[in-house]
Amino acid sequence: MLIINCPICGPRPEIEFRYGGEAHVARPAGTETLDDQTVADRLYMRTNPKGLHFERWRHAHGCGKYFNAVRDTVSDFFVTTYKAGEPKPDVAALLKDQAR
Amino acid sequence: MSAPFRLPAGGRIDRSKPLSFSFDGKSYPGFAGDTLASALIASGVHLMGRSFKYHRPRGFLTAGPDEPNALVGVGASDDRYTPNLRAPVVELHDGLVAESQNRWPSLSFDVGAINDVLLGRFIPAGFYYKTFMWPKSFWKSVYEPKIRAAAGLGRPPKDPDSARYTQVYHHTDILVIGTGPAGLAAALAAAKSGLRVLVCDEQPEFGGSLLHDLSSSIDGKTPAQFVADAVADLARQPNVTLLTRTTAFGYTPHNMIGLIERVTDHIAHADPKLPRERMWHVRAGEVVLATGAIERPLVFPENDRPGVMLADAARAYANRWAAKPGSRAVVATADDGAYRAALDLKAAGVEIALIADMRANPTGALVAQARAAGIRVETGSVVTGTRGRLRVKTAHVARLDANGNAGAPEPFACDLVLMSGGWTPTVHLFSQSRGKLRWDEALGAYVPGTSAERERSAGGCRGVYDLQAVLADGTAAGEDAVRAAKGMPGPSRGFMVTGSPATSGGYLGAVPHDRNPATVKAFVDFQNDVTAKDLKLATREGMRSIEHVKRYTTTGMATDQGKTSNMNALGIVSDSLKTPIPQIGLTTFRMPYTPVTFGAFAGASRGDLFDPVRRTPAHDWAVAEGATFEPVGQWKRAWWFPKAGEDMHAAVDREVKAIRTSVGLFDASTLGKIEVVGPDAAKFMELMYTNAWAKLGVGRCRYGVMLREDGFVMDDGVIGRIADDRFHVTTTTGGAPRVLAHMEDYLQTEFPHLDVWLTSITEQWAVIAVQGPKAREVIAPLVDGVDLSTAAFPHMSVRECKVCGVPARLFRVSFTGELGFEINVPADYGRAVWEAVHASGKPFGITPYGTEAMHVARAEKGYIIVGQETDGTATPDDVGLGWAIGKTKPDFVGKRALARPSMANADRKQLVGLLTKDPKTTLEEGAQIVADAHVEMPARMIGHVTSSYQSPTLGRSIAMAMVKGGRARIGSSLFVPMPDGVIEATVVEPIFYDKEGARLDA
Ligand SMILES: [Zn+2]
Repeated sequence: MLIINCPICGPRPEIEFRYGGEAHVARPAGTETLDDQTVADRLYMRTNPKGLHFERWRHAHGCGKYFNAVRDTVSDFFVTTYKAGEPKPDVAALLKDQAR
Repeated sequence: MSAPFRLPAGGRIDRSKPLSFSFDGKSYPGFAGDTLASALIASGVHLMGRSFKYHRPRGFLTAGPDEPNALVGVGASDDRYTPNLRAPVVELHDGLVAESQNRWPSLSFDVGAINDVLLGRFIPAGFYYKTFMWPKSFWKSVYEPKIRAAAGLGRPPKDPDSARYTQVYHHTDILVIGTGPAGLAAALAAAKSGLRVLVCDEQPEFGGSLLHDLSSSIDGKTPAQFVADAVADLARQPNVTLLTRTTAFGYTPHNMIGLIERVTDHIAHADPKLPRERMWHVRAGEVVLATGAIERPLVFPENDRPGVMLADAARAYANRWAAKPGSRAVVATADDGAYRAALDLKAAGVEIALIADMRANPTGALVAQARAAGIRVETGSVVTGTRGRLRVKTAHVARLDANGNAGAPEPFACDLVLMSGGWTPTVHLFSQSRGKLRWDEALGAYVPGTSAERERSAGGCRGVYDLQAVLADGTAAGEDAVRAAKGMPGPSRGFMVTGSPATSGGYLGAVPHDRNPATVKAFVDFQNDVTAKDLKLATREGMRSIEHVKRYTTTGMATDQGKTSNMNALGIVSDSLKTPIPQIGLTTFRMPYTPVTFGAFAGASRGDLFDPVRRTPAHDWAVAEGATFEPVGQWKRAWWFPKAGEDMHAAVDREVKAIRTSVGLFDASTLGKIEVVGPDAAKFMELMYTNAWAKLGVGRCRYGVMLREDGFVMDDGVIGRIADDRFHVTTTTGGAPRVLAHMEDYLQTEFPHLDVWLTSITEQWAVIAVQGPKAREVIAPLVDGVDLSTAAFPHMSVRECKVCGVPARLFRVSFTGELGFEINVPADYGRAVWEAVHASGKPFGITPYGTEAMHVARAEKGYIIVGQETDGTATPDDVGLGWAIGKTKPDFVGKRALARPSMANADRKQLVGLLTKDPKTTLEEGAQIVADAHVEMPARMIGHVTSSYQSPTLGRSIAMAMVKGGRARIGSSLFVPMPDGVIEATVVEPIFYDKEGARLDA
């Protein structure tokens, strides 16, 4: 069972968390300027990468906070987690750090 | 009673503690320390079961958890009966009752054996796929029951398991799995670091292979003494936890290891306070895998008769349990290890007829020792067949010529054939941890390569076999774990080993023979009855990947997961395809390593503790009234309240009529409730619901529709404005957690600028619904400070007040279409207020009603239930809720999606009502709808029935349905094809009663 690092509470076991889909997907907001294709993409199209994936998690049985994570879909392991609203981390730099 | 094959001395059995057990109804003697296998062998019993497909007689192949043949059912009564246990790991206790499996009428005379003689040639690889394909309907009714009856494993117990199981969570710095020489050395090295060390072994005592090693010497001690001293040393240290009878069965990410500890199965009369088994969920900082290696059979014809056994297993039975596995043995080997077994068995009084070594020129020290001991050694020789019905009687030994072909065989009388094709490292846990295996050509084995977790392997499980090297390897692994855990290992320790010569050898694949390849059976997978011939056939029929060969032949798919067979299967496939083993691939090692009981996984989660049950404050009152209950999520809801002699239909009929003509009482406490509070509460509500909220007055309610971002209906409910900055939101009964998570999501991530708090209040408020024309008169005497007249307190209003002197939120709302109130009081007062309302309603014949009457009443009014009329693809307009969308609102969740062209398609499924031609016919919910009564198959479905009832108010059936372009079809006929005929129905508006809503405003 994975250990996931909640940005608020620290490392906690996987069963306390709930997955929340891909992160950094812009909301198709009420603006009328978006064309239908863009709206459909934001609603339904996901990157589904083999490798590093930006995704949302919620510490459902803990602080309740939604946060973002970078996870390797091949190994399942997390590279990092960060608070909602924070910019995407520099993954190349993170991986270099880990290798070191 | 005496056991004829019990050696007069030696072994680790306790001869001061004799005990008695039964196998297939016959009583046998044994000693404490015996296993079921060792005690039966000491009594000369080798016939243990019938094989899966061919019902061939089978005996013991191994002395451990890798046993594929000797599966037994154990337990004196069905509430303590466990099938499919491996006899070599069943510890004996006094009074143990065991039985063989897969035989009828008896083990020695089994009619299923006809499979072997008559059908044998007709059950080749892929047999199931080829034979039982057609007709499809035969599979369930004919083929499967027949196959299950004829082939198979043990029987399931008839009674519920009366044993108790527990679960433990445990953290440790270092976990050592396995306590053979490698594991013990690792544990000793790790223990002195002071770190928390957990050491486990699946056997009743620590020591692994050292427990049957009588010839080596470690630091001048016998292996047994070395083990005893090491265990005593470990037990003395407070930072060390030792677990025997504990199997590490699963390796999950971040070093979470599942252990199963068998606590009482080995005890005749266990303390009832103890659980039968304890499952450990261990989170380990560092792991040392010292899981050893498994000896491989040789794949020669008729290598499966009782009495044909792995060489080191026979050695273990003699040395560790003082059970002589036979009187005269033929040894077939491709590995030096079998020589050690031959030497030890000779010392135990077993005559060694000869050692037939496949290798042309074996040179190890043990070979020389065997020759010096006077054992006949034939090199370049193989066993090409055996004879004997229920026990091997003869082994045929032939010489291999220069081309590796077997010559004419010579028969040797024997009652024991020992075989060794070398060793396979036990890499199961490493592989489960997602470490990458590496093919070691020199060893002829897969060994741990790149790690995925913080673990390291030591000893046999990574192909290190010689005792001196194994001890050094274990020490190094223990020190490495300490270094990884805290960065500084203690002073290193060495071991001085003598009397344990190095070994070499090993063979993968089928042994050459001179027999008819079409008829002879050389077994690879003993448990699933897969032969070398089957594997070759699979490759001839086009299987290339080992994953395909495995599924086609079922090799390695039995409960032993191919522990003894997988590598030989790989060898045969490699040979057939002329492709090196690493290119054929390796099947996945899956949890559990050995079978784990369901009871252990369930732990305490059985019966009442299986799932939490939520009960409302008035639950016990409903029970006392004789209510029938239905589960709704984890809630128990009163379904209907039958009076004497009433069935469901009569009760519901009466309850609905009471609502329509007088007054009904309903427990709505399960309704999900969320309080939305804060300066920006109204702004937040504007975004979360389609409706407009800013202008909703304090004290007024509105029916709210919640969408997902994709524009589809997610939830609904009545929402009251308690104050400018406070909304009392209700949700569907099952939807509250989902709705709260949805709100939190948007509040935290999309609208974090809004100053709002969300609180679940579902369990804080009991909700008592009073519905019907007399509702006002019933509650009026109980309510303080509210003018209940329609003018002062109209439909869709809420007041904070006191009811029965208790602070309350009184809603005037209706889900029945009648004048109605929902009294919210703090849950602790729920029962008292409920009873007060009931008493107050007595003069009016107040009628408690359940969820069924509630459903019927709301359907008469055409009120939808989210999740019944909607299925996650319905827009508000689809279900007639277009009016609930705030058209002028700049934004709400789902707004932009609703503007997509497909969401306005005229052909979308729309909510309609259906009235059957025959008013007595009630449609089936979920039934499909077609446009034409005489359609050709396959018919084009245009919709489905979502709700359907007999309406007591209308005296006829009513139904709601989602139908393509449904609103345009109003007035026309549609058809519902059912098995016993097509039902015609007229499409109507989905409101059947009081279309104007006059009764609501009464
Ligand atoms: Zn947290």
